[in-house]
Amino acid sequence: MLKLKLNQEMITRAREASGRIVASFNWLFEDYSSVTIERTILRLLGIDGADQNGKPYPNIIVDLLKDKQALGKGAAWWLANACAASDKTPQKIAQAVCEEGLDLTTVAVQASDEIYQILRTYTDKMLSHIRTQREFRVQQFRKYGPRRVPAIYVIVATGNIHEDVVQAKAAARQGADIIAVIRSTAQSLLDYVPYGATTVGFGGTYATQENFRIMRQALDEVSSELGRYISLTNYASGLCMPEIAAMGAMERLDLMLNDAMYGILFRDINPRRTLLDQYFSRMINAYAGIEIQTGEDNYLTTSDAVEKAYTVTASQLINEQFALASGMKHEKMGLGHAFEINPGLENGFLYEMAHAMLTRELFPESPVKYMPPTKFASGNVFKTHLMDAMFNFMGQLTGQGVQLLGMMTEAIHTPHLADRSLAIENAQYIFNNIRDLGNELELVPDGFISTRANEVLAQAVEFLERVADEGLFTAMASGEFADIKRPENGGKGQDGVFLKDKDYSNPFMDQMKLELKVN
Amino acid sequence: MSKSKETIIKPYGDTFNDGKMQLSFSLPVPPDEKGKEAARMLLRKIGFDDIDICGVRDLTEGFTHFIAYASTSASVDLSKIVVKTVDTEVMSLEATDEFIESHIGRALTVIGACIESDAHTVGIDAIMNMKGYNHRYGLERYKFFNAINLGAQVPCEELLKRAREEQADAILVSQIVTQKNIHIKNLTRLIELAEAEGLRDKMLFICGGPRINHELAIELGYDAGFGTGSYATDVASFIAITMANRRKR
Repeated sequence: MLKLKLNQEMITRAREASGRIVASFNWLFEDYSSVTIERTILRLLGIDGADQNGKPYPNIIVDLLKDKQALGKGAAWWLANACAASDKTPQKIAQAVCEEGLDLTTVAVQASDEIYQILRTYTDKMLSHIRTQREFRVQQFRKYGPRRVPAIYVIVATGNIHEDVVQAKAAARQGADIIAVIRSTAQSLLDYVPYGATTVGFGGTYATQENFRIMRQALDEVSSELGRYISLTNYASGLCMPEIAAMGAMERLDLMLNDAMYGILFRDINPRRTLLDQYFSRMINAYAGIEIQTGEDNYLTTSDAVEKAYTVTASQLINEQFALASGMKHEKMGLGHAFEINPGLENGFLYEMAHAMLTRELFPESPVKYMPPTKFASGNVFKTHLMDAMFNFMGQLTGQGVQLLGMMTEAIHTPHLADRSLAIENAQYIFNNIRDLGNELELVPDGFISTRANEVLAQAVEFLERVADEGLFTAMASGEFADIKRPENGGKGQDGVFLKDKDYSNPFMDQMKLELKVN
Repeated sequence: MSKSKETIIKPYGDTFNDGKMQLSFSLPVPPDEKGKEAARMLLRKIGFDDIDICGVRDLTEGFTHFIAYASTSASVDLSKIVVKTVDTEVMSLEATDEFIESHIGRALTVIGACIESDAHTVGIDAIMNMKGYNHRYGLERYKFFNAINLGAQVPCEELLKRAREEQADAILVSQIVTQKNIHIKNLTRLIELAEAEGLRDKMLFICGGPRINHELAIELGYDAGFGTGSYATDVASFIAITMANRRKR
């Protein structure tokens, strides 16, 4: 069987350093909240809707509380207080605030036990719904059998959710296991989640709760028809990480892109904001049994894939520790990497194999997410199809968890129906043809592949130990990650981070921590 | 007539001017004989002969993918074709630095960005970053370029503001996302704003991306456009030579 000879001491050191990096953020997780975390709480309490201008109710309420400098107590408390005073539901209160101008901060303060009783009622109601969704997924996999390994993951990105449904169903019938609906370009930088069904999007379709619902329903239909549970995924990244995670939990998404540092490095979102938001969003993902996927492929599309291979390993280890801190289990951590080495490099496949096996062996229980070649996809569809075949060969050979299929038309357009079908045919042919090949092969003990994997691991250890010593924020500010400088006080969304009052309340986080056994 | 003098040409399969083309397309039809006939009729209407529908793939949901070979009777006259291309000489990094030093005598400031909604920096990075792409170093590596890469999703206003502050010699814009022609809208917006702010003639405006070519760039009001296969050397040489020529004038 294929197996690397990895230096175990280096693995221990890598985990020790990444653990140290993440443990240094307890102050942030304990003492701060953000506007999107508060909006998430409102959504989980049952608030949904938008005003005539399309501004979502949760945004209106949180902005009003922020203006009144009342957010330190947490939006939940103000809402529950108003519910207690009027005997109305959270949604009715939200309507009163957003449509009739009710000021939550002027409502007479009600008895504390009554407020907390209301919070408990609505928290239990929502968490029970999320647990039902989680259990339904478990039952589906029990009924139809587990997902194939590597799972076939394809994207749809028409900009119209109804058109996306047609493409997603076709992809499922053709053999896809996971459908990703690509978001509209730049949704990452919106500090709100658009409302309702999307029919015109650029570069993709907005992540909205309604879009999630429409696609989930369509995939449930096709799942029962095919006798195979088709998973749905979207992106809990950007300025609304926990809100989108909550929508995913409610509407039973099965996977979500959720990277601890992606927003900082590749979207210039404020570092504090991102780390805070990812903490709660991953907790919601963990509670909902949603598998997360991380975005290490981005390090390789912006830098050289051989030279910077260690940044992928380092990021995976940091992502792992942040996920553990949010109560996530290894089996739900789809740590990412990519097949992005210049196809002209001699023995490039051997380098790729070293990197792919390193990821698999560092995270044996994780459904690792493997990204296809994109950087050297040139518009020559025939060459790209061949590169995708090499990528698929590697995915099956080294047992990656999720194969994000490459498209021959990468660098040309968002996939056409036939492009996606050819990609699935490519993967199915290769996966089936070499299914057990990995079990029949062994590596030369101190050959190129093992040596290279250990070299990358050693570089990652050196890097992680340096970052642990100087601190993650300092390292990011000095451009240690992805050659991009991100100062702690820079980036978008910083003013949405605030210090919690002593009597602050987030009933969902409290209950999730309890059940997920997070300290 | 000898083939080298032949200016009327058709696609080449294995015989001169046999007009053979490889085609691949999908139709909203089931993969049956009727669907196949629909594919054949479509090709005939386009003007193809000798139609061979060699591949029929079921895409499900009522769609079918066809792969075909056919001959076209259409031809083009090479002698009548005029294309706009960037025709400045392409120099190496060292030669470009020397050229700027001797012809301009100061470093040129270039500001790059992916504008508006575009979040994909791979193109601008390939041209600007130290590392460059495929063994061609980016503008940051040049001694005589002051390269400022603003990265992704930069609003046009911000790019122009920065260009004014830095007294930029050239603006470099990358557009990767092209769905529903968003790149055209973004590029047009930038030029319109630049004109409104009186900046258009103060600096070179250059765009690049997989679906951009020089002709399109000129049409949109840019000084140059660079498509797939362009490297930092192409862009750097163009800026250096064009700036030197403008100084002469």
